[in-house]
Amino acid sequence: MITAELLPLAPFIVLGALLGLDVVAFPQAMISRPIVAATVAGALAGSPMSGLTIGVALEFFALEAMPFGSSRYPEWGSASVVGGVLFGRAEEGTAGAMAVAVLIALIAAGIGGTSMHLLRRLNAAVARKQQARIARGSGSAVTVVQLTGLTIDLVRAGMVTALILAVAVPLYDRILATFVLTPVISRAVVVGTASAVGLAAIWKVTQSTAGARWYLLTGLLVGFSIAWRVA
Amino acid sequence: MTEQTPRLPVRTWLAVFSRLFAMQGAFNYETMVGNGIAFAMEPALRRLPGGPRGPAYAAALGRHSGYFNAHPYLAAVAVGALMRAELDGVPAAQIERFRVAAAGPLGSVGDRLVWAGWLPLCSSIALLAFGLGAAPVTVLLLFLGLYNVLHVGLRGWGLVVGWRHGLRVASALDAWILRRGPAHMGRATAFVAGVALPVAAHGIIGPGRALLGTVLGAVAVSAAIVTTLRGKAEGWQLAIVVLLGFTLYGVAR
Repeated sequence: MITAELLPLAPFIVLGALLGLDVVAFPQAMISRPIVAATVAGALAGSPMSGLTIGVALEFFALEAMPFGSSRYPEWGSASVVGGVLFGRAEEGTAGAMAVAVLIALIAAGIGGTSMHLLRRLNAAVARKQQARIARGSGSAVTVVQLTGLTIDLVRAGMVTALILAVAVPLYDRILATFVLTPVISRAVVVGTASAVGLAAIWKVTQSTAGARWYLLTGLLVGFSIAWRVA
Repeated sequence: MTEQTPRLPVRTWLAVFSRLFAMQGAFNYETMVGNGIAFAMEPALRRLPGGPRGPAYAAALGRHSGYFNAHPYLAAVAVGALMRAELDGVPAAQIERFRVAAAGPLGSVGDRLVWAGWLPLCSSIALLAFGLGAAPVTVLLLFLGLYNVLHVGLRGWGLVVGWRHGLRVASALDAWILRRGPAHMGRATAFVAGVALPVAAHGIIGPGRALLGTVLGAVAVSAAIVTTLRGKAEGWQLAIVVLLGFTLYGVAR
């Protein structure tokens, strides 16, 4: 039953696995960033523009999380695939489609982040198990530790994508069937929330660079005038 | 250390360079990228006296798979320098001292240059492109192309400069881009992100000055709240609460 439900989602699960791997393990080329991952997932679901739109909203959130060393942060690769698939499947103009897709993607990012934390502990256990062989200078033991880590991460990201999609796809359809607010309000709430998080993140970055706050304020003025003219 | 740079076959270089991309494949809280460093160096270490079965190879692998923490891209500098030191027969104690001394700077410079500079800058440029109406494929290619110029370039440069200078690589780390780059990138990021945020926001919500003005006004207030709450809750967590409330309201209404 579950297998039959997951089968049509298989391409997205593979995509989620590959993009989840990119977050930390390999190759860190940032194909896992929301603006890329959600767009690709949206394209696979039949609507690259919807994927890009939700990718932009999630990218605002991703500006907040810098992947510094051993810090814990949300995992955007598989989460963006989830968001891109959900929003890409929804018909254009569906009330609440964007807000609910972003909400589910944020929850997925949190779950993905927790799974990465567990993966790091598992990697440490694998390394400890191979420690004696590595200390004796076994090249194959070093390779085993590295390849095991990469494989587990790939499986982890695939499982996170599969589990979230299995729950989220039917739930998403049910919520949207009962959602009554207009799509414009839904988009406005998402943009307002996402931009606020993005702006706060950039404000934080400016604290470590002299004069950067003035550059940000100037940029905001320029950006606001451009947006105002075309609105 | 020998004055003349030793030579490595092209396939060894390619093997080391490609392994750099999996530097964090076994990242963990105990050895951090230590195993990744050993994994990346391993093809070059096979050229130590006695080959992969010799005692020099065994000692070097054991040494380098221990704790090491650095930015994953700039870890390439350490890989190049340590490979050179091992093949030059530098004493183990000197190599250990370098490992301890190099980790901090290679971490902090990389974090500031890439995670807090180049990544948000490329991200902001892509957001701006979206807001100005660029097609999805253009936005993707722009972001990935720009970002990976520095990403791949840093890994390649780091490996070469580390190999060329060996344990004296600290002088090479005085390069302009590492010294002044983070500050310039911070200012550029601040400006471009400032332009991109309202333009991209408009790209999502569509036409209508009243709506745009209301949303951007709310963004300014909400951003101040998120900044005030920093340390207690992260923005994306607060957003879950807001969107959950909005969804429940939209369904229950």
